[in-house]
Amino acid sequence: MTRRWRWWFLGALFLAVVVAAIYLPILRRNIRQAAKLQQRSEEQARRELTQPTVINPSDPKVKAKLFWASGADDGTVSAVTVELPLSNDPVLRAKQVLNTLLAGPVDTELRTLPPDAALLAFYLLPDGTAIADFSEALGTATPSGIQSEQMAVDSIARTLEANVPKVRRLKILIHGQEVETLAGHLDLTQAFLVNANAGSGPQAAATPGPAAAAPALTPTAATVKLTAPATKP
Amino acid sequence: MLLDVVRFVRNDVHGKLRVALFVLAVLFSAPREGASSSSGQPASPAVAQQTTPVPTPAQQAVGASGATQTATPPAAGVNIVVLDPAHGGTDLGARGTGGIHESDIVLEFAAQVRTALEAQGFQVVQTRQGNANPSFDDRSAMANAQRGAIFVALHIASTGVPGTARVYVMNDLTSAVDATGLIPWDRAQAPFASLSRKLGDQVQALLAQRFKGSPAVAQTASVRQLRTTAAPAIAVEISSVTVEDRTQLDHMAPGVADAIARGAAAFRPTYVLPANPGEHP
Repeated sequence: MTRRWRWWFLGALFLAVVVAAIYLPILRRNIRQAAKLQQRSEEQARRELTQPTVINPSDPKVKAKLFWASGADDGTVSAVTVELPLSNDPVLRAKQVLNTLLAGPVDTELRTLPPDAALLAFYLLPDGTAIADFSEALGTATPSGIQSEQMAVDSIARTLEANVPKVRRLKILIHGQEVETLAGHLDLTQAFLVNANAGSGPQAAATPGPAAAAPALTPTAATVKLTAPATKP
Repeated sequence: MLLDVVRFVRNDVHGKLRVALFVLAVLFSAPREGASSSSGQPASPAVAQQTTPVPTPAQQAVGASGATQTATPPAAGVNIVVLDPAHGGTDLGARGTGGIHESDIVLEFAAQVRTALEAQGFQVVQTRQGNANPSFDDRSAMANAQRGAIFVALHIASTGVPGTARVYVMNDLTSAVDATGLIPWDRAQAPFASLSRKLGDQVQALLAQRFKGSPAVAQTASVRQLRTTAAPAIAVEISSVTVEDRTQLDHMAPGVADAIARGAAAFRPTYVLPANPGEHP
């Protein structure tokens, strides 16, 4: 190779390195943005498919109690009264209040459930056991910790307790599956006791725990048969 | 000594007979002991894994050979603390914005808690030493295999006021003994609920003195790890991974260790071990 060609070759190589140094970060950024967009659109599509607007304006407007974080940063939830048109059908009513709960409060700091989480299905068995099936985001985006996970479950259970009196127990599924914990701590293999004072039998014992805005829920030993839902959405 | 025995047996026909009977007795009793240790099942206040239920005191009183065991004198207090640094391995637990991982910090906390407990005269068993992630049941099994132990799980929260610490005990579980008189594995904590509450309140009171803003009494929550643990069991959760500087958490470690050790020491005399292994408090 002549000396002149060598210089040409080195020059071209240098140019290629400079172009790559400029272009590669831009390419990486574009790929990340595309991945994020795709992820968002998938979640959006899932929400659109699984979360039809069940609010019917012709339903009678009632004052619903929705439980979000109290703001005291102590893991308690407190009720916020919202006027909503709610169905008299317990399954529809439960879906309406849970979707409103998922939409979140005006102050987003008081949110107890991740914004990406969606209610996929809701069943109510004749014995009062409610089965709420949430999207994966409930497990992956709920902050990991006993306090934060307990608050998430409390807000769901207390909201059902206040607005759907037929619910006695709550079983939470993630994407149709029973999972061991919500986000690494709180036990989801058991059903949670809801409306403890309204029920009868040994599982309706008083909820334990110290006095708080919303006492912790008691898991029950009820075996939930998922194969025979009484009411389908 | 052994040679003497062999020589004696060789010269004594009755001795041979006695040795043969002894060997037979050993052969009949050995498989039961082996099965117990190989399955990792608890030797004493046992809770059987998954499908194998726990014997009640009446059943436990009948030993492996079928003979009634003699009651051992009741021993007061606990001597072992099973320390559980939560998460580990691929499970990082709570993650802070500054690259703080719950699984790493609890392991470092555990080292300090261990030292403080040993200074109080406890023997400490850790559910993990390094970056491993035993299952919930494996961790519980380590505690359930001990006699006279308490269980302390360590967590770092994602939420809560930074610089505070909370102790959790399991919600009251429904009846611990079913119609057959056996306790299922997933109800192992039930007989220990009031003891766990007592231990939790003692540790929480000490934490509240040290870390202002912490609750005065232990909280209840349906913590998966505690449910299958057949011992007085608490979970200590420190707030939180959201601190800007990791040293804020590091500064809490001695106080947390001291509160746990002193709380456990104060709890020790109140926990009187049942006379017979397998009995519940």
